[in-house]
Amino acid sequence: MGSTMPLLRFGKGLLMVAMLIVLAACARTPTTGVGNIGAGPDGMGGGGAPGSQQEFLVSVGDRVFFETDSSTLTSDAQATLQKQSQWLQQYSQYRIVIEGHADERGTREYNIALGARRATAVVNYLVSLGIPQSRLSTVSYGKERPVAICNDISCWSQNRRAVTVLTN
Amino acid sequence: MNVLTRRAALKMGLSGAAMLAAGPALAQLRITVTGGNFTPMPIAVPNFSSGDPAFGAEVAQVVRNNLTGSGLFRLIDPAGYPQQVGDPNATPAFDAWRTTGADAVVMADVNRSGQIQSSLRLWDTSAGQQVTGKSYGTDASAWRRIAHMASDAVYTGLTGETGYFDSRVVFVAESGPRANRVKRLAIMDQDGANVQYLTDGQLPAITPRLSPNGQLCAYMVFDGPQSSGIYVLNLANGQTQSLGRFGQMSFAPRFSPDGRRIAFSVTTGATTNIYAMDTAGGQPQQITTGSAIDTSPSYSADGSRLVFESDRGGRPQIYVMASGGGGAERISYGDGSYSTPVWSPKGDLIAFTRQSGGEFQIGIMAPDGSGERILASSYHAEGPTWAPNGRVLMYFRDPGGNEGPSLYSIDIWGRNERRIGTQGFASDPAWGPLLS
Repeated sequence: MGSTMPLLRFGKGLLMVAMLIVLAACARTPTTGVGNIGAGPDGMGGGGAPGSQQEFLVSVGDRVFFETDSSTLTSDAQATLQKQSQWLQQYSQYRIVIEGHADERGTREYNIALGARRATAVVNYLVSLGIPQSRLSTVSYGKERPVAICNDISCWSQNRRAVTVLTN
Repeated sequence: MNVLTRRAALKMGLSGAAMLAAGPALAQLRITVTGGNFTPMPIAVPNFSSGDPAFGAEVAQVVRNNLTGSGLFRLIDPAGYPQQVGDPNATPAFDAWRTTGADAVVMADVNRSGQIQSSLRLWDTSAGQQVTGKSYGTDASAWRRIAHMASDAVYTGLTGETGYFDSRVVFVAESGPRANRVKRLAIMDQDGANVQYLTDGQLPAITPRLSPNGQLCAYMVFDGPQSSGIYVLNLANGQTQSLGRFGQMSFAPRFSPDGRRIAFSVTTGATTNIYAMDTAGGQPQQITTGSAIDTSPSYSADGSRLVFESDRGGRPQIYVMASGGGGAERISYGDGSYSTPVWSPKGDLIAFTRQSGGEFQIGIMAPDGSGERILASSYHAEGPTWAPNGRVLMYFRDPGGNEGPSLYSIDIWGRNERRIGTQGFASDPAWGPLLS
């Protein structure tokens, strides 16, 4: 039994290191908001208090996905944005940044423009659902900030996204 | 094998490709590339004689690496040389050099006395004649430039082409996990040595480009709605200035050949158009209109035209127009999509990134779109940049996953693909001018 203690400690150390890396990652992100963190495991923080960023993330969903080289909103994306619109109209204290992203299967500069086009598609849709334009702004990260790291199709699709980030 | 024949073959290889733009030269280009009978010229480079023999050996080694790295030369093993240290002031013992198999031998010295001074003679061992005799100097702080200038003298003497070794490449040095990667600008000698960082990595910096005189570096800072945009760094004094804030985001900066203008992309809503403005500042002029994505502009060598990428026809393709705008004509018609066109400094070719069949490719075509040739193909390859002599390209490849990008070079005949050694990951290379 005695021999497991150092191992346990070692494991904890690793966890600490992992958490520090995650925190460092968040600290480098210029916009504060749930969009850059991603959903935690079930039960962690629960659904969040009504009107909280956590609730928006867990109960509404902060992101929509796109087909390859497309900025057309799929029916899934429209359904998510309709839920977002209802929530955002209820909690009008938030300003909203739509981050547009692209997968790695494109060139750097084109993907910057493609990310902007995706973010704009989301903004236009939210405005059409009644969110005031003045609450919304966009930014494109091109392919510079992938969330999923791999080299196959299932992975690329997670990176072709627009993320709704709430700021106070 | 007669050295003159070899040298003639080298020159023919280079000029054959130079005629690519003429169209009917395609057959000649093919002969050059697929002939398989191109044999790198065997060359001997003894240590440079020097008051500091270790220094002379070090300089000679950089020259050897440059010449063999070009793919045009094969180094004869110094262990078999009849003399280990070169003497530029004596006629070589041609018989002895011929027995080593060397068709050419480089005899040089280098000395430090405040400045660094070097003299070099390049000899044709078969004819027993001098090909090139040169002397040159640099600041004591830039000793590698002496080796690069010597390399250019040899390259020019034996190919008839301008060299490219005395040049630098700016690039993005990347580190850290892919999802949160630090991206710093850095500059290095073309061979990957002598790396200096230009930005601290606090803000991600991408797509650097050097001005034609190599003194300014335009790039994009990429960090959210507040600070994204184009900046210009003065390499002489380290000062950075914003080019200005245009639309929601401006990016893809490119200098005109005279350095006075910068073309770039401006995003407004879903639309991205090309603008240009004076490097010194002022109001930008809109060059393209419409609702498409127009980006990655590149000036022709004479500044009269711009090649750029646009998805106005559906997928991204390459178009050429007047540099003031208007009359855009599509020039890319192969399968897939085309991006990042770059006009050769010689004006004869346009390099590009192509995506086709699930692969990324680096290719070249004439400015009218004819003579397209794919030089390299892989899971990901992107962003070619021209060596100042228009005969070598550098670009970056990324294997995906948790790995990161590396820089590669290849010649315009698709030969000699080589990884440029960098510490850590590297992307977005942009080749600067010949310094001497």
